[in-house]
Amino acid sequence: MAKAFTLNRRDFVKSGAATGVALLVGFRLSARARSDEAAAQEKPVVSPFNAWVRITPDNRVTLIVGKSEMGQGVMTALPMILAEELGVNWKDVHVEQAQTNAKVYDLGTGGSGSVAGSWLPLRQAGAAAREMLITAAAVRWNVDRDTCVARDGGVLHGARKEFLTYGELVTDASKLPVPDLKTVPLKNSSSFTIVGKDTHRFEAKNKIDGAAKFGIDSRVPGMQFAVIARCPVFGGKVKSFDAGNAKKVAGVRDVIEIKAVEKGAFTSGGVVVLADNSWAAIEGRKALKIEWEEGPAKSESTEMLRKQFLENAAKPGKIVRNDGDADGALAAASKKIETTYEFPFAPHATMEPMNCTVHIRADGAEAWVPTQAPQWAQDIIAGVSGLPKESVVVHTTLMGGGFGRRYQGDFVMEAAQVAKATAKPVMVLWTREDDMQHDFYRPASYHKLQGAISKDGTVTCWMHFQSSTSIDAMWGDKGEAEAEKSEFATAAFIPYQTPNFRVEYALAKSSVPRAWWRSVEHSSSGFVVESFIDELAAAASADPLEFRLKTIGDDREIPDFTNPKEGKPLNTARLKGVLRLVAEKSAWGSPLPKGVGRGIAGYYSFETYTACVAEVSVEDRAVKVHRIVYAVDCGRPINPAGVRAQVESAAIYGLSAALHDAITIKDGRVEQANFNDYEMPRMPETPKTEVYVVESTEGPTGIGEPGLPVVAPAVCNAVYALTRKRIRRLPIQAEDLT
Amino acid sequence: MAVTFTLNGKSTTVDVDPQMPLLWVLRDTLNMTGTKFGCGMALCGACTVHINGEATRSCITPIASVSGKKVMTIEGLSADASHPVQKAWIEEDVPQCGYCQSGQIMSAVALLAKKPNPTDADIDDFMSGNICRCGTYQRIRKAIHRAAALQTTT
Repeated sequence: MAKAFTLNRRDFVKSGAATGVALLVGFRLSARARSDEAAAQEKPVVSPFNAWVRITPDNRVTLIVGKSEMGQGVMTALPMILAEELGVNWKDVHVEQAQTNAKVYDLGTGGSGSVAGSWLPLRQAGAAAREMLITAAAVRWNVDRDTCVARDGGVLHGARKEFLTYGELVTDASKLPVPDLKTVPLKNSSSFTIVGKDTHRFEAKNKIDGAAKFGIDSRVPGMQFAVIARCPVFGGKVKSFDAGNAKKVAGVRDVIEIKAVEKGAFTSGGVVVLADNSWAAIEGRKALKIEWEEGPAKSESTEMLRKQFLENAAKPGKIVRNDGDADGALAAASKKIETTYEFPFAPHATMEPMNCTVHIRADGAEAWVPTQAPQWAQDIIAGVSGLPKESVVVHTTLMGGGFGRRYQGDFVMEAAQVAKATAKPVMVLWTREDDMQHDFYRPASYHKLQGAISKDGTVTCWMHFQSSTSIDAMWGDKGEAEAEKSEFATAAFIPYQTPNFRVEYALAKSSVPRAWWRSVEHSSSGFVVESFIDELAAAASADPLEFRLKTIGDDREIPDFTNPKEGKPLNTARLKGVLRLVAEKSAWGSPLPKGVGRGIAGYYSFETYTACVAEVSVEDRAVKVHRIVYAVDCGRPINPAGVRAQVESAAIYGLSAALHDAITIKDGRVEQANFNDYEMPRMPETPKTEVYVVESTEGPTGIGEPGLPVVAPAVCNAVYALTRKRIRRLPIQAEDLT
Repeated sequence: MAVTFTLNGKSTTVDVDPQMPLLWVLRDTLNMTGTKFGCGMALCGACTVHINGEATRSCITPIASVSGKKVMTIEGLSADASHPVQKAWIEEDVPQCGYCQSGQIMSAVALLAKKPNPTDADIDDFMSGNICRCGTYQRIRKAIHRAAALQTTT
C-alpha cells in the first residue's frame, strides 16, 4: 500500500516548476564522497549542490546537472545515476544545466568530488521520484502499489498488463509527499542497466559541429567586447594612462579604468578598452600608453625564490608530523639516502581563455560565465552591482577546460566592474597572453628527503622537509600563521611503513598568485613520494614493485593524517591491488627492447587508487614516452568510458609539466606568454595509453585528478631504470639526462 | 572595407577593417562561434578553417586576403553532423571539454582530403599544429583512422 511519506525539507526542496506541471526534486549533498548515512545526517553539509528531475506531461524527461561541465563528463555521469534509479531509458533523457539560485541550489565543481559526492543523493532523488510515480499509478488503478513496477519511463501493472508513462503520472505524483531519503528504497546494483555501462558523452554532438556554447561564445544584443591592460608585475597598479591613440582605433568605443580587488577575487585592476568586437579591443589596447606603479614585487624572480627555498631548507621547519626518532634512526643507519626535488609554478592554460559576459541593468543582472563556482560569480556580481542576489541570473556555460582555474572569481569581478561602469552587456575577454601571465599558478616547491634502510631492506627513516609558496597561505583564514597545515601537509599521509617519520614545512613568500591546479599538491607530493621510494628501492637493490608492496605491508586502513575524522582512510589492499594489476597489464619484469626503460608509481589521492607504468627511451637528450599503462580503482565506475578518458587526459596534463615548460618569474612578472614559450604536448609526443579500471562495488570516488600524480614519477623512474640518472626537478632538463 | 567571399557555400559580404583576422569576422561580426580563439598566433590550431580547401589558421588571416575565396568552417562541414570525421569523433568519444575540437576536426578533414588513408606518422605530422589541453590525441588518432575507413566504405 502507498505509505504516508514524510517530507524532510532539509533534504528535499519541492516546488512547482515554471511549466506548472513538472515534478521537480532538488536536493543537497556534500561535495566529498560520504556514503555513511549516519555521518551525512549529523554533519553540516559542506559544499552542497542541487540537481533536478523534470518530467512534463508529454513524457519528456529532463535531468538537471548541478555541476559545471568542463570536459570531465558530469553532464553524462550525474544524469546516468538519476536515470538509473528513476527507471528511464538513457536514450530518452534530456540534460540541462542548473540555473544559479542560492535558495535552491548550492553549486561548485572541484576536488574531483562531483560523482563521489552525488552518488548517494542522486540515487535517493531518483528513487524518491520513482516511488512517487509508482504511488500515483497505484492510486490511479486502485491497486496495491507492491503490484506495480517502474520501468522504461513508466509504471507497469503486470496482472492488468497496463502501463502508464511518467508523463501521464507526473501531475498526480508531484502532489504526493516526498519520501524520506534515508529510507527510500534504492535499486539493487545487480539490476543496474545504465550505471557501470560505457556511455557516450551526452553533449558530444554539440562539440563536433560548432553548436556547443562556451562562455566565450556568449552573444547578447548590443554587447561590447573588452580587453584589459593589467600591470605585468603582480600587485602593480595603474599610475596614469593616455587613451588618446586607443580611442582612434576603429571600433573602440571607450576606455575606462577599473580598480584592483585585493582579497578574494584577487584582481589587479587595469585599463579597459571597450569596442564593437574583440579585434578592435585588442588593437585598442596595443595603442594605450600606460605608466605602471609596479610595486614591491618587481624585484621578485624564480632565482630569488629558489634562494629562499635553500635558506629555508638549511633550518628546521615547522613540524607537520613526527613519529619515532627520525634523527636517531638516520644517525644509526648504515645505508642513507639524501636527495632534493624541485617544482616550478605551473599554469592551467585552459584552451578557452578566461572570459565573462555580464549585463547589469537597474532592475537586475544577467551573466554568462564559464565557471566552476557559479554561486560565487552570482555573489560577486550582486556585490558590484548592489543588486540583491536573487536579481542576478548566472548562466553556467560549458567550459573549454577548467582544471581549477575556473574556480576563481577574478575574471568575473573584472567583468562585473566593467559592466557596472558601462551599463551595457559586455564580454571581458582575456587573450592567451593575459591568461598565461595572470593565472593562479600551481605553487612552486622544494623538497629535501632523507631516508635510511636496514640490511633486510626495511625503511627505518623517512624525513621530508618541504618549502613552498602554498595556496592555503594565500586563501586560508589562518593564512601564513598555520602554513604547515597547508595543502602540503598531505606529504605526511603516505602508505609506506616506517617507524621514524618526520615531515617539516617552511613557507616561502611570493607575490605570485597560487591556487588549485589539476591534482593540487599531489602533482608535486606524488612525485616526491613515488620518486623517493624508488630511490630507496634502488638503494636496497630491490625490484621497485616488490619494494613498494613490501613497504606498504599488511592489508589495513591508514587514517588520513591531515583529516583523520572526515578523510577516507587509505586501504592498503586496494593500493597494492592497482600496483599488481598495472604490473600484470604492463608485463612488469618482462624483457624490453634495447634502449627502453620501464618505471612504476602508485598513489592515493581524491580517495582513488592509481598505479602507472611508463616505458620510455632517451633520444637527443630528451625523454620519449612510448607507452603508459594505468590501473585505477575509483570505486564503482559510473561511466567506465568516462573514467578511462579522464585518466588518459590526466596523463597528458601531467606529462605537460614533466616534459615541457615551466612558468618562471623575472622582475616580478611571468616570462612566458603564449604556446611558443610555454609549450604543451602535441600529437607526435602522445604515448600509447591503456587504462584498466578495477570493477569495484565500493562507493565511487574521484577521477578527474587522480591520474595525474603518478605519471611523472613513473616516467622519471623509467628514465632511471634506463640511464641510472635520477630526475629530481621538473620539467626534465636536458642536462639532467646526461 | 567591404570584402566578399564564399562562406560555407553562401556568398557573404562584410564591411570591416581589412586587417581584421577572419577569426574575429566569423565570431564577432557574423556570430559564427564554432571557430575558436585559442592563442592569436597560429600556435594552437583552435581557429582552423578551410580556405579554398586548405587548413588555415583564421586568427592570423586578414579578412582582406580572403576576398573572393571559399571559406569553410565547422558549421559548414555537414548539415547534420554526418561527415565521416564527425561520426568517427562521436564513436571514439574524442571530445572532452571540446573547445579545440572544431579546429582538430577541420585539420583532420583537410588531412584526409590529401591522404585518404594516412599512417600514424602522417597524422602526427599533420595534426601537430593543433593543441588539446585535455589530451585527447590518442582518440583523435584513432578517430582519423576510423574516418578514413568510413570514407572508403560510404
